[in-house]
Amino acid sequence: MIPEIGHFALIVALALALVNGVLPIVGAARGWTHWMRVAWPVARAQFVVVAIAFGCLAASFLGNDFSVLYVASHSNSMLPPVYRVTAVWGGHEGSLLLWTLLLTLWMAAVSVLSRQLPRAMVARVLGVMSWIAAGFLLFMLFTSNPFARLLPPAVDGRDLNPLLQDPGMVSHPPILYMGYVGFAVAFAFAIAALLSGELNAAWARWSRPWTTAAWIFLTLGIMLGSGWAYYELGWGGWWFWDPVENASFMPWLAGTALIHSLAVTEKRGAFRSWTVLLAICTFSLSLLGTFLVRSGVITSVHSFAADPARGIFILAFLSIVAGGALLLFAWRAPKIGLGGGFDPVSRESLLLSNNVLLMVAAASVLLGTLYPLFLDVLGLGKISIGPPYFDSIFVPLMTPAVFLMGIGPIARWKSARLPELAVRLRWAGAASVVAALALPWVVGGWKPLVGLGILLAAWCVSASAVALWERIAQQQGPLAARFSRLPSAFCGMLLAHVGIGVFIVGVTFVKGYETERDVRLEPGESLTEGGYAFRFTGTREIDGPNYRAARATVEVSRDGRTVAVLHPEKRLFIVQQTPMTEAAIDRGVFRDLYVAMGEQVGAGNAWTMRVHIKPFVNWIWAGCLLMALGGALAACDRRYRLVPRKRRAAVPAPVSVSAPASVSLTVPRSPRGAAPAPGTATREAGTGSEAGEAGR
Amino acid sequence: MKRFLLPLAVFAVLSAFLAAALSHDPRRLPSALIGQPAPAFDLPQLQPDGPRLSNADLKGQVWLLNVWASWCVSCRDEHALLVEFARRGVAPLYGLNYKDEPDAAREWISRSGNPYVASIVDGNGQVGIDYGVYGVPETFVIDKHGVVRYRHAGPLTAAALDTRIVPLVRRLQSEQVR
Repeated sequence: MIPEIGHFALIVALALALVNGVLPIVGAARGWTHWMRVAWPVARAQFVVVAIAFGCLAASFLGNDFSVLYVASHSNSMLPPVYRVTAVWGGHEGSLLLWTLLLTLWMAAVSVLSRQLPRAMVARVLGVMSWIAAGFLLFMLFTSNPFARLLPPAVDGRDLNPLLQDPGMVSHPPILYMGYVGFAVAFAFAIAALLSGELNAAWARWSRPWTTAAWIFLTLGIMLGSGWAYYELGWGGWWFWDPVENASFMPWLAGTALIHSLAVTEKRGAFRSWTVLLAICTFSLSLLGTFLVRSGVITSVHSFAADPARGIFILAFLSIVAGGALLLFAWRAPKIGLGGGFDPVSRESLLLSNNVLLMVAAASVLLGTLYPLFLDVLGLGKISIGPPYFDSIFVPLMTPAVFLMGIGPIARWKSARLPELAVRLRWAGAASVVAALALPWVVGGWKPLVGLGILLAAWCVSASAVALWERIAQQQGPLAARFSRLPSAFCGMLLAHVGIGVFIVGVTFVKGYETERDVRLEPGESLTEGGYAFRFTGTREIDGPNYRAARATVEVSRDGRTVAVLHPEKRLFIVQQTPMTEAAIDRGVFRDLYVAMGEQVGAGNAWTMRVHIKPFVNWIWAGCLLMALGGALAACDRRYRLVPRKRRAAVPAPVSVSAPASVSLTVPRSPRGAAPAPGTATREAGTGSEAGEAGR
Repeated sequence: MKRFLLPLAVFAVLSAFLAAALSHDPRRLPSALIGQPAPAFDLPQLQPDGPRLSNADLKGQVWLLNVWASWCVSCRDEHALLVEFARRGVAPLYGLNYKDEPDAAREWISRSGNPYVASIVDGNGQVGIDYGVYGVPETFVIDKHGVVRYRHAGPLTAAALDTRIVPLVRRLQSEQVR
């Protein structure tokens, strides 16, 4: 009964999505208020109904209902309850349901948190998102129904893939999907703006917090996935340039470009068509990622069994969404206009260069991911492209991008002078060079690439420090008060840039100085690596809920003092008869000690063991956390919340966007208000209509 | 106007490639053996009392050769499908037990079900080399004349079985022996 309720809920959700895809958009086009009003309650209803379907599937998993095909193929009565819940998204059908649930969650959030936005805008945004939801619901109902029955029922399930039976898997997919799906909001804002023709600074300001929120989730999701691969796959690697990883990295690169481009569009009215194009690209890359993972056109450690019907459906859907959006773009963009002009040296042009570099990087990842597929289709043979390609592409692209990242925050809008910038950043540059010469030498010997990495990392940190110092120095009063007056968007930006620096430190030192050894050890034997002695004392058998394992004890000591006692495991999952390596890691700020068990050798209790020493590896994830935290600070900036209160006070006067205090703080040298750039006119026109709508 | 159409054009080319890629199975590797007579073998069977088996014994029927080993993790993925395939009785399935311990192989088969009419023991992998085995598991379809007609590298999927192998086997079975 429960699965049928879930199935029915999906059908209701599809009907609601179709209603919400038509009425608000038509209403917004014709100015029919009562049609637009439908969008808010129906968006929330869509969320509730999809949540019911999701709850039904979770209930079927918890109740071990093996008459549901999806449950029978992804669960087992021995599976611990927490993994029965996460098994909901352990396969294709459930992942789609999670995707749809999160999409409707974003819709509900938009409907609740967008009171200050014009009604027609929100109605269009919710309408566009409903079309996307309808596409995914159709996909589920026609090709991948999670509630399909299995008759006669299975006696027991085939169990969840052991790789997914891990705490990391509880949070990684939902958070990653929150990021993927969150870009649907930015996409919907862009489409709504193209439909209405009001592509202005107000549109950019409305979509900024949403885009940043999605970007935060995507950053965290990629971080969790990488951390999971590091300890669960047992190879000690943290990024493999696997097609599925690339599928999440491409929207991240495009989304990062989008965040920066939106800033220019909001502040200066420039780059408007480029920003819209980026919003379309970012979400299309999310969908393309879904296509690559779900259709099986590319072999990957993540890919599920291929089904051509599903591939055709996703491709058709991708073509409608991305192709339709790009067609709309080609039709509307020529009328957008260019916005504020700027000099070749200015914050705008620095941000544009960074944008181009990020998009070239995204395009190279796309090319590297699809190149084998292109060659295969053209009949030119089978090849595979590995990390060497991506590494050789990324270093030259990211080096100038990171260099420009240090300059951007202190450059003036519209026009800046190179000699002046060089003077302001001279100490940051000097400190970076010293760090690049000294730090690698301290950690493990100087190497050119390590020196380059540290140069860039130190540049991120020191240039951010200069930007902070200049901002503080401009203000009056005691130091604490000056800090508390800093806008959180500014602090968030600097924190995210420092996060990039921390990330680069981690990558550089791990790549430069990591060591590993594969050794056969009898109980009692030890090996020495990097100054640490690893002594294998033996194994014992343990019984898990659905696996048996050999658990080894490895004592790690340095200079005779015990540093850690590690317990790597070799598990054999009973149902699928799959062996799994459970690495044991002693984590530290400056190094990880990583021990994984290989195979048992010979008749005795000797095992092959793999030992890694990973210097600074945790800095990789710490950097990602800082980036996400910076994003959170930026998304919470007062300015996004101040707008409604201010406008309510100013409803009769349509042209009253004199910036609130925090905005002028954000851009101290901005000519905003002083020299009316061409963008200003459209911004105010846009806000005028906004003020007119606000009276509802 | 034209430059604004450029993204659409790029996307159109990309989707054309993706559409074409859908009909390509990335797991299907080309084999020089397709259309060639299956390499000859004469090997002992895995079951201790069985006689030696050579490819000459199998002439006149369409049969499948599945390369497997008890140490091969991916073979466990396809095992249930093989058992099901054998139960349907479409065509006889022979196993090539590749570089394996016979005891471990027998234990694996007795525990998880034996889909094979017979398995032959290729302890040193010589026959595997003749067949160009690139990774275990692999599956070959061999026609009535002893010619290799199809090769599937990697674990079989239900889709590959239903859409390619079973229709091919039926077509080959309807061919007349010259």
